[in-house]
Amino acid sequence: MPQEEALIKLFYLAAAVLFILGLKGLSHPRTAVRGNLLASVGMLLAIVATLTDHRIVDFRIIIAGFAVGGLFGAILAYRAPMTAMPQVVAVFNGLGGGASALAVGAAFEEALRGEWIEEITIQFSSSAAAAALVGAIALTGSAVAFAKLQGVMTERPILLPGRHAVNILLLVVCLVLSTWHVIGYTPFLFGAAPSAAADLSRGVLADDLRQGFQSHGLELSAELHVKTTGENQWQITDAGKKETYVVWLEGGELTVHGRSALPFWIMVVIASVLGVLLVIPIGGADMPVVISLLNAYSGIAAAGHGWVLNNSVLIVAGSLVGAAGFILTALMCKAMNRSLANVMFAGVGMTVTTQAQADDIYTGRVKSASPEEVAMLMEGARRVVIAPGYGMAVSQAQYAIQDLAALLESRGVEVEFAIHPVAGRMPGHMNVLLAEANVPYEKLKEMDVINPTFRQTDVVLVIGANDVVNPLAREADPSIPIAGMPILEVDQARSVVIIKRSLAPGFAGIANPLFAADNCLMLFGDAKDMAMRLVAALKET
Amino acid sequence: MEQFVAALTIFVLAIFVGFEVITKVPPLLHTPLMSGANAISGITLVGTLITSGARLTLTTEILGFFAVAMATANVVGGFLMTHRMLGMFHHK
Repeated sequence: MPQEEALIKLFYLAAAVLFILGLKGLSHPRTAVRGNLLASVGMLLAIVATLTDHRIVDFRIIIAGFAVGGLFGAILAYRAPMTAMPQVVAVFNGLGGGASALAVGAAFEEALRGEWIEEITIQFSSSAAAAALVGAIALTGSAVAFAKLQGVMTERPILLPGRHAVNILLLVVCLVLSTWHVIGYTPFLFGAAPSAAADLSRGVLADDLRQGFQSHGLELSAELHVKTTGENQWQITDAGKKETYVVWLEGGELTVHGRSALPFWIMVVIASVLGVLLVIPIGGADMPVVISLLNAYSGIAAAGHGWVLNNSVLIVAGSLVGAAGFILTALMCKAMNRSLANVMFAGVGMTVTTQAQADDIYTGRVKSASPEEVAMLMEGARRVVIAPGYGMAVSQAQYAIQDLAALLESRGVEVEFAIHPVAGRMPGHMNVLLAEANVPYEKLKEMDVINPTFRQTDVVLVIGANDVVNPLAREADPSIPIAGMPILEVDQARSVVIIKRSLAPGFAGIANPLFAADNCLMLFGDAKDMAMRLVAALKET
Repeated sequence: MEQFVAALTIFVLAIFVGFEVITKVPPLLHTPLMSGANAISGITLVGTLITSGARLTLTTEILGFFAVAMATANVVGGFLMTHRMLGMFHHK
């Protein structure tokens, strides 16, 4: 190994260590900022070390890419509101996956032209196919996730007829094309007289073969290298034109072939379609799972890119991200008591309960309250727990809710927040929104920690959450989409107040018997508006 | 083959390290974890740099430009956003 190359690899090792330390720092809010900085220093080291690589002869494209990408990324990161965080993460995720797919494609194109490597190994071409497949799915899947989260398209599942069959078919086509790509695609260009074979074996291109190239519109430069690659098999590399040709002697005739990445690129296009089809049947509330999974894919694509280039830092970083994505995916599925297959393919999110069934549960039992009544109830409480859901993000109610919490605390009421793992549209979504509104993180309690405390809680305020507090989840009836899902046990509190626009079902499409419970009051209206009116009512008393 | 085994060793060990480190991240920080990990997956930038700086053909230059721009957006945006988010977490 030349000294320079060894030095670059040592820098890569340092970068990999910094990535691990960085992720380790995220285990506590106190060390998290430093952890993120360590990881970014690792990234900087890896990039700077790479820029010294002798293969880089032209920096114009790189600088242009840095400028365009850096500006876009920085503007998006600084300008996006916190409520839009899930879709912003989806955008970055998709860009990373797409970059891997394009980059392995470019590496393959270069390798076909005889650059970089002696021969295209199976490791090279198969990892290129894997990285491109996963990267392309991450790109277009994230684009659809973005469109759903941003409200560009409906959040409800779009269920196409025969979608499972179509998806399987597309995947099989991708695998067939990948196999073809690994074996090598060499389209026939023209045939020639076998007399040139002897010259080829001596490393010379005979005149009539040269004319054959010209008469078929293939220009050759003066920098030709002929290599015997097997019995009756030669390779002509045109260093001037950056082209490679393969010549075979078969059945008494010489056949000249080009080399092409066509199956690879068709595979990328089909994988992109597959990415769209895989995400459109998944509804909005299942987005935490989808985003985690796409995150894992972008990591896997980066690791695959590392296999293509035999680059250790890409493999390490890609695997770390893949592991993070898969762990979060598993946690989100567990928090819904559903399998990944169910989330991905069952199309959950269609309305299940009919209006008649809902009327049956609600009629005559739902009690509506005014903000003033609720304010009085909270005023007399010793302990209040706030359970937020996606509705809080939609109405941007987090600041008003923190005002309410602070006011209650100033009156001696103990206030905590109950965070369900899948509340919102990405893992930890509610925590970030409440942190933005200055809620100290000690007050943000995980489900398992807060559930035993509901019995000692006087008032629970549910804001914009529905399925995660639905007691029907305790039933074992398989017709209930959320059966067996762990919920926030808010119905065990003395009183429950629910801020909601109407009695419309949540994402799971089922009625919520909690709304009709004896200890429950409905506060109909917009989350932010109602939180502000509660603050106003409390200040008057 | 030797290279393959070396790469496989790194890959498998990195996955184990990943599981160990990431299972310790509390749900409180799952969003920053996701966005920080996302930024790290932008490491693919390192691979795109070599491809796009080698000045071989127009095709690879165009592919290289898009790959570098996309990966850079992933890295820069990911780290900045994670930093911005983490700055919001504070205690009493």
